Amino acid sequence: MSVIYVLLAISITVAVVFFIAFVFSVKSGQYDDTYTPSVRMLFEDEVIKNKDKSNSNKKEIKQTKSTNQ
Amino acid sequence: MADSTCYHCGDECGKSSVQFDDKDFCCNGCKTVYEIFTSNGLSTFYEIEGKAGTTPNEIRQKYDFLDNEEIAQQLLEFNEDGVQVVGLSIPTIHCSSCIWVLENLNKLHSAIKVSQVDFPKKTIRVTYKTENFSLKSLVLLLGSIGYEPYISLEEYNKKRKKVDRSLIYKLGVAGFAFGNVMLFSFPEYFEVEEFWLDQYKPVFRWLMFAFSLPVVSYASQDYFISAYKGIRSKLLNIDVPIALGILVLFLRSTADIVFDLGSGFFDSLTGLVFFLLLGKFFQQKTYTYLSFERDYKSYFPIAVTRLKKNGEEENIQIYNIEVGDRVLIRSHEIIPVDCTLIKGSAEIDYSFVTGESDPVLKESGEKLFAGGKQLSDVLEVEVLKSVSQSYLTQLWGNSVFSKDKASQFQTLTDSIGKRFTIAVLSIATVATFFWLIVDPSLALNVFTSVLIIACPCAIALAAPFTLGNMLRIFGKYKFYLKNTNVIERLAKIDTAIFDKTGTLTTNQKGSIHYEGMELTEEETALLKTTLRASNHPLSRSLYDILKSNSIMTLEEFQEHTGKGIEGKYNQHSIKVGSASYVGESKSNPVTNTAVYVSADQDVKGRFVFKNTYRDGMSQIFNELSDDLELGILSGDNDGEKAQLQKVLPEKTKMLFDQKPGDKLEYIKSLQGKHKVLMVGDGLNDAGALAQSDVGLAVSENINVFSPACDGILDASMLRMLPKFIKLSKRSVRIIKMSFLLSLCYNVVGLYFAVTGQLQPVIAAILMPLSSISIVVFTTLATNYLGKELKNLES
Repeated sequence: MSVIYVLLAISITVAVVFFIAFVFSVKSGQYDDTYTPSVRMLFEDEVIKNKDKSNSNKKEIKQTKSTNQ
Repeated sequence: MADSTCYHCGDECGKSSVQFDDKDFCCNGCKTVYEIFTSNGLSTFYEIEGKAGTTPNEIRQKYDFLDNEEIAQQLLEFNEDGVQVVGLSIPTIHCSSCIWVLENLNKLHSAIKVSQVDFPKKTIRVTYKTENFSLKSLVLLLGSIGYEPYISLEEYNKKRKKVDRSLIYKLGVAGFAFGNVMLFSFPEYFEVEEFWLDQYKPVFRWLMFAFSLPVVSYASQDYFISAYKGIRSKLLNIDVPIALGILVLFLRSTADIVFDLGSGFFDSLTGLVFFLLLGKFFQQKTYTYLSFERDYKSYFPIAVTRLKKNGEEENIQIYNIEVGDRVLIRSHEIIPVDCTLIKGSAEIDYSFVTGESDPVLKESGEKLFAGGKQLSDVLEVEVLKSVSQSYLTQLWGNSVFSKDKASQFQTLTDSIGKRFTIAVLSIATVATFFWLIVDPSLALNVFTSVLIIACPCAIALAAPFTLGNMLRIFGKYKFYLKNTNVIERLAKIDTAIFDKTGTLTTNQKGSIHYEGMELTEEETALLKTTLRASNHPLSRSLYDILKSNSIMTLEEFQEHTGKGIEGKYNQHSIKVGSASYVGESKSNPVTNTAVYVSADQDVKGRFVFKNTYRDGMSQIFNELSDDLELGILSGDNDGEKAQLQKVLPEKTKMLFDQKPGDKLEYIKSLQGKHKVLMVGDGLNDAGALAQSDVGLAVSENINVFSPACDGILDASMLRMLPKFIKLSKRSVRIIKMSFLLSLCYNVVGLYFAVTGQLQPVIAAILMPLSSISIVVFTTLATNYLGKELKNLES
């Protein structure tokens, strides 16, 4: 029956591992914002690719920006 | 056309819509943002949520101060090796489209590496390379797509404060220990006489002891600290019996396992702490993106442009402004100090200070007060007083701004806690004496049992869950409270004082009426055509009310910023603008904004813009007058007294010409006998809001402005105020009912304790059962109250 020590040790180790994981997740700020990730995960790479057109326009925008300054 | 809404922002386009790409836009700004998005492959913005954009403001030179490295450095979170990280607050974030486009900023500029939005806080963190890019360009880029960041003096001053996550850790520790201890104590609940179970009993018991150690020493430390503070200030708060309960639970359980008397109450102990922390966590709901602590610092710019003696411009921090400096105030900048106008024509919006939104025109030589916002062109001013000594900022020297209302208020829970503690201690003593006589061996057992079972877990949970849920429900109806304490205070008020301008009146649909010689049809048509060309807000609203359909092509049009506009057609000319501009010599002292009109050099008359009262104002007052004494405190003259008396209940007190300081004093004088609710909106009410028992700020746009207060109410929901107050009173009744319920549990528990038969398993059942039933009861009851709000709204 002394196998119970082994079992206890294993179960507690597993529990402690999860607890440490929890502490780390809090520490890294995962619980600071619980809303935005739920929206973010639904986005895909929705950027519409239109290579040559967007490139030429990009430059224009940079220019309009510099005139703003 | 008139019915079309802007493809970008969803506003009505009116008659001046801009068409582009087969889509309608309300203005050029919105069209430009559309162009930027579509040409950079970001047109999905419009698919995630339709018409969700924000009209960009012109910002131009406003952010020149970000070129000053010293200032920029203060704002940056990280700055090394050509990479900078900055966190900016963007009040206009409001939907998933916003999140999407802001997290795709790198498509707009290659220097931007990562951008991440925190939606609840309405902030964005951007990492970017400094090559060909800077903080200023980032701010301008955000501004150009309608997400102008909000950079204020307040932000500049605050130390990077660490996020306080200790409650989550404590909750984690308590929950972790609770779950494990439950499992370890489970075998002993059944008390089966089994060989192996008896053999390993000590192992399980000491494991439980080990798990409960961090709970007592770490997770529950707040209760010990609070109880200690309470006792030291001779106050028996609810945390005293809780701390006592936790301590006794732990010591008794330890003694039990050391002397092999039983399995101890570790399961109840960890469960108790876990539930208590859960209540605390639930109560902690805060509207992080709203600030309830704002003072003038939140509105003032960080830096201003100072003119050196040799005419050079330099950006300096606002605190470095000295008396006698020449300072440039650009369009849409806030005047940070009291000063004299030297050059330029001022059109100052004092809505921050007075709540009155119509701009005031000032000539050079006149005095300008800090807090006004310049609307038209560049001003040059000479500083009269330094920042901290300006008229507006002086108000914050008053001591009411440093007191904490919540700590002075004795909550229902605390007042119950006092009686409860006394009752429990006396029961424990009586029972112990009884057993000392009858059976001394049981005396200590009974004494600790009473303290354990009477631990007011359910009582301590009633208020957090009721009020926490109420806070959320109110939030759904755009009534945002600083904390749960405010609801209890709101339930106690018996007097409500309102500010007039901005609170009871609205500038959204001000009525305009004309005084003077009647305009001919031709003049009206010319006037309308002239107004059409102007983008000034007053022109726009005037344009909308003028009835004339003939649109002509103007031969000449001139806009004199800050003065007025002029249009010529067929040898007739028309001038619209300030009194001096059109040639009216005597500018009548009116409290309302007026626009003067002259045709062919003859002054014809003026259009007066009046604020109108909000819909249902008299209804609100009538509803409130049943339970409360009402009053109006206004900074304006008493011109509208008669009109107000007609629509408001008779008993309403009215005081006019009240300066910010007067308002504060008036509230103070009332507080001798009354609990006062102050409803205001501008910085001029700030003193009264701080002094009152509950200060509510009414705001047209909750993100933009509100003075320091206990709660922010969206202006559209003002009509619900009587209901909010009523529901606050009812929530307090729910708490009282929960107290009764939990007392029932305590009576049952005390029976076991006093008779000396309290088994760990009874405590382990009773404690979670009482806590959970309280949580269920309060949640259901508050949701029921919430339903009433829903009915009222629809």
